[in-house]
This record gives sequence, structure tokens and C-alpha cells, in this order.
Amino acid sequence: MDTAQPTAVALDDATVAFRLADARVYTAVEKARLSVAHGEFVAIVGPTGCGKSTLLNVAAGLLKPAAGAVRIFDQPLKGLNRDAGYLFQADALFPWKTAIDNVAIGLEITGAPRAHALERAQGWLTAVGLGAFSHRYPHMLSGGQRKRVGLAQVLIRDPKILLMDEPFGPLDAQTRQIMGNLLLELWNADRKAVLFVTHDLEEAIALADRVVIMSAGPGARIIGDWRVSLPRPRDISEVRMEKQFHELHREIWSVLKDEVMKGYAQSTQAAEAS
Amino acid sequence: MSRPTLLFWQLMVAVVALSLWQFFASVPVFGKMLLPPFFFSNPVDVFSQIFKWFSTGVIWKHLAITLWESILAFVIGSVGGVLVGFWFARQPRVAAVFDPYVKMINALPRVVLAPIFTLWLGLGIWSKVALGVTLVFFIVFFNVYQGVKEVSTTVLDNGRMLGMNERQLTRHVYWPSALSWMFSSLHTSVGFAVVGAVVGEYLGSAAGLGYLIQQAEGVFDVGAVFAGMFVLSAFVILIDIGVTMVERRLLVWRPTAAEGRG
Repeated sequence: MDTAQPTAVALDDATVAFRLADARVYTAVEKARLSVAHGEFVAIVGPTGCGKSTLLNVAAGLLKPAAGAVRIFDQPLKGLNRDAGYLFQADALFPWKTAIDNVAIGLEITGAPRAHALERAQGWLTAVGLGAFSHRYPHMLSGGQRKRVGLAQVLIRDPKILLMDEPFGPLDAQTRQIMGNLLLELWNADRKAVLFVTHDLEEAIALADRVVIMSAGPGARIIGDWRVSLPRPRDISEVRMEKQFHELHREIWSVLKDEVMKGYAQSTQAAEAS
Repeated sequence: MSRPTLLFWQLMVAVVALSLWQFFASVPVFGKMLLPPFFFSNPVDVFSQIFKWFSTGVIWKHLAITLWESILAFVIGSVGGVLVGFWFARQPRVAAVFDPYVKMINALPRVVLAPIFTLWLGLGIWSKVALGVTLVFFIVFFNVYQGVKEVSTTVLDNGRMLGMNERQLTRHVYWPSALSWMFSSLHTSVGFAVVGAVVGEYLGSAAGLGYLIQQAEGVFDVGAVFAGMFVLSAFVILIDIGVTMVERRLLVWRPTAAEGRG
């Protein structure tokens, strides 16, 4: 870890547990230790249901860890993480607001004048390639376009940290690549700290500076941490052709594969039991 | 089916039904009238009655009264339903305390309240408005309550992560959600506002469409009863068209304007 950069997000042995309906305690994540340096792009990869999103919610302050601590820029996190912008997996836009109003709201609630907020929002919509769609309602936009609006909505507040929960999960393969490149382009402009959750290892390597692997739940742990030294700026589709990419992919996959099989076995057993 | 053919067949249904009615009410079959005019009147008499109402202008006063009562019942019931529904949804403890009483009042057939309202508020429009309000209030109340309760947690979390405080969440998330559910029950609540007005008039009043029908029935003028019913249906259809137009404007952000829930 480069000690010259301040740590944007630090999880110190964070354990997350939920109380189940029958009073048992389900430990989702156990003693997760993770740090994201300022300006660093970290991807978390793990099998389905391993608690990746849980970890992200802890970093966002939406969930409190049962044990351990969360520090944001070396300050213990109290309540919601005000330095972070969160891009959700599910549709999170306000359906009753047009695209431009959805983006402008982030500024308006800080007390910015509406005219100014709208102007900035139009700028951000143009930046994500939706300048001509500002007066559409979310249901009139495609899944990819909604994600673009979501990205603009989060970025207009200029958060120091970006938390992303499988943001391109529901999109088709081509749109995912386009969105990945858009994300890298926007990120390249001012290098925020990014914590990016995905189940797609290729996407993780193509985007991130570091790839963190989680084990299958329950009691998921962080079991691997790889540095991706592919040069930037990258193009998502081209970077996949490189030799270094394939070597790294093979190396990480050899670890991840076992966990994916474990996670799959558990989910099928759970399905049979119920 | 193309639009003109559809319209043609729809018109044919009316023509056939009215012809049969006219035929059996005026031509004896096997020496017996199947639809005795005393009980069933006939289309010609009914429509001449309607024509007379409109040509002399008597009907306008009654229509205006019924419309005014319906509007008042709708507005008062909706405002009350939105406010109370919103309050209950945001204060689960209040909702839990009042829950059995809300259920109890809602279980009561509202018609039995009409005599009490007449006693309290007299024979004027306010006893009818009150009856309409008791109907409209609960529809709006339940819809708004549900709407606020079922706000998507992702949208809520998004609002929080964007930095909204509770007041801003109320304004930008809970409130639009509640209103959209209110609008989705617009057809039902407007319909019930009219029902409240007409039933109230029927049970005791000095003006309105319900009064007109009740008066005709009192003197066994079946033709006028049917005429009143036709005017009433046309009145409700016109209001419904108006509601649909309002709804299209207000719910543009919805994929398809949802059907009302009663």
C-alpha cells in the first residue's frame, strides 16, 4: 500500500451479522479487512450471495458492522457516509422526476439555486451522452440510459468516494462494455476512490487497480488481493486481448473457481432444502 | 375490428335493445303486453321526458347541484384521505392505535349514515357531501397509506445517499409516491363521490338528480325514473372522461396509468 496517499475507505476486521426470524444469527461477512487508497479503483469479486453488497453497504453507512470499525479518510464512520456516492444495482432513480430533475436533485437539496442546478445537470447529462434526453422520464429510457442518468446523479455531487454495486449487472454485454469505458473515462478526469462490486472477474480486471476476492458465504472473508498493473488509459474491449490480462485472469480464477463452486453448491442445497 | 365497425356494432346493440323495449311495450303478444307501460314505460316516452327536461331547462339546476356536491365530497374526502394516510404511514404507532377503529368505520355500510347526516346537517347539500366524503376518504386513505408504505427501499436509500434529510425525503420521495397512488384511485374515488351525492339526494333532499328520480318514483312516473337514470349515466361518463384527461397529464411519468384500486 502506498503510504503517501490517505486511505479513503478502511474496513478493520468488519463483521456483519443479521438476526434471522428464528432468533439465530447469520454472519454474512467475517472480519473483512480492506482499504481503498485515495484515487484507487478497487473491485470486489465473489460468488453470488457472498456478501459483496453487504460490505458496500457497510462502507456507505447504510449497515452497521456487528464488530470491527469503518474509517473514512481516517475518521471513524458515524451514520451515513457523506463523502460517498452510491450507484445501486437496482433502479434507484426517482420515477416521478425527469432525467434532468433526477440529476439536479443532488445539488438542489444542498440549497443550490434551481437554475444553477439544472445547468450543471444538463452538463452532466451531456457528459454521459444523454444531453438530448434530459426531459424524458426514467420509464422512457433504456436500462443502459437509466444507468447513465444514475451515474450523472451520483457524480454531480462530486463525492470523494464512489461505491458501485454491480451497477452494470442488468445490462447486456455490449452495453456493459460501453458503460465500463464511460466510467473509466469519467473516473480518469479526477480519480476518485472507487469500490466496485461485481461477480464478473473480467470486468473487474479490466476496470480496477486492485481486485479483491471474497470467499463463499456464510461468514465470507477476503481471501485474495491482486494488483492489476495494466497501463491506463484502458479500453475495456482491447485490454482483454493482452497477455498480462490472461495471466492475471488465470491466476485469480484458480482461487475464485473453488469459491464459486462452493457458493453454487450451497445455493442449490438451500433450494432443495426449502 | 376497425374503429368504424366497432362503433357500428356498439350502436347496433343500443338500437336493438331499444327497439325490443319499444316493441314489447306497445305491441301485445298473444293478447298480452309483455312490458306493461305502467311498470316499464317505453323509450319514446323516456327520451321525450329527457328532451323536455333539457328544453325547459329544469335539469340544469339538478345537474349543477349534484355536480357541486360530488366535487365538494371528492375534494374534502381526498384532502382528508391524503393527510391522514400520510400521517398514519409515517407514524406507525398512531396507525396501530387507530387501526381497529378505521376498520370498524370502513366496515359500516355508509348508507346507514345518511339519516344521521340529514339530522345533523339538514336537507341541503352538506348532508350529501358528508356521505360522499365518508366514501371517498377511505379509498384515498388506504391508497395513500399503501403508497407511502411501499416506497422502494432502493429509491429511499438512494435519496439518503444523495444527502436528503427526513424533510427532503418526505418532499421528494414519500409525497410524490403517496400522490401517485391517490391519482391511481382517481376513477374509483370520483365515482364514489357521485354515488354519495345521488344516494344522499335520493334519501332526502330538495334538488339534484337523486331527488328527480325519487320524485318520479313517488308518483309512479316510471318514464321519468328511466330518464333520470339515463341522464345520470351520461353525467358519470362525462366526469370519467374528464378524470382520464386529468390523469394523463398528472401521471406522465408512469409507464401505463394504472387502474384505480377500490
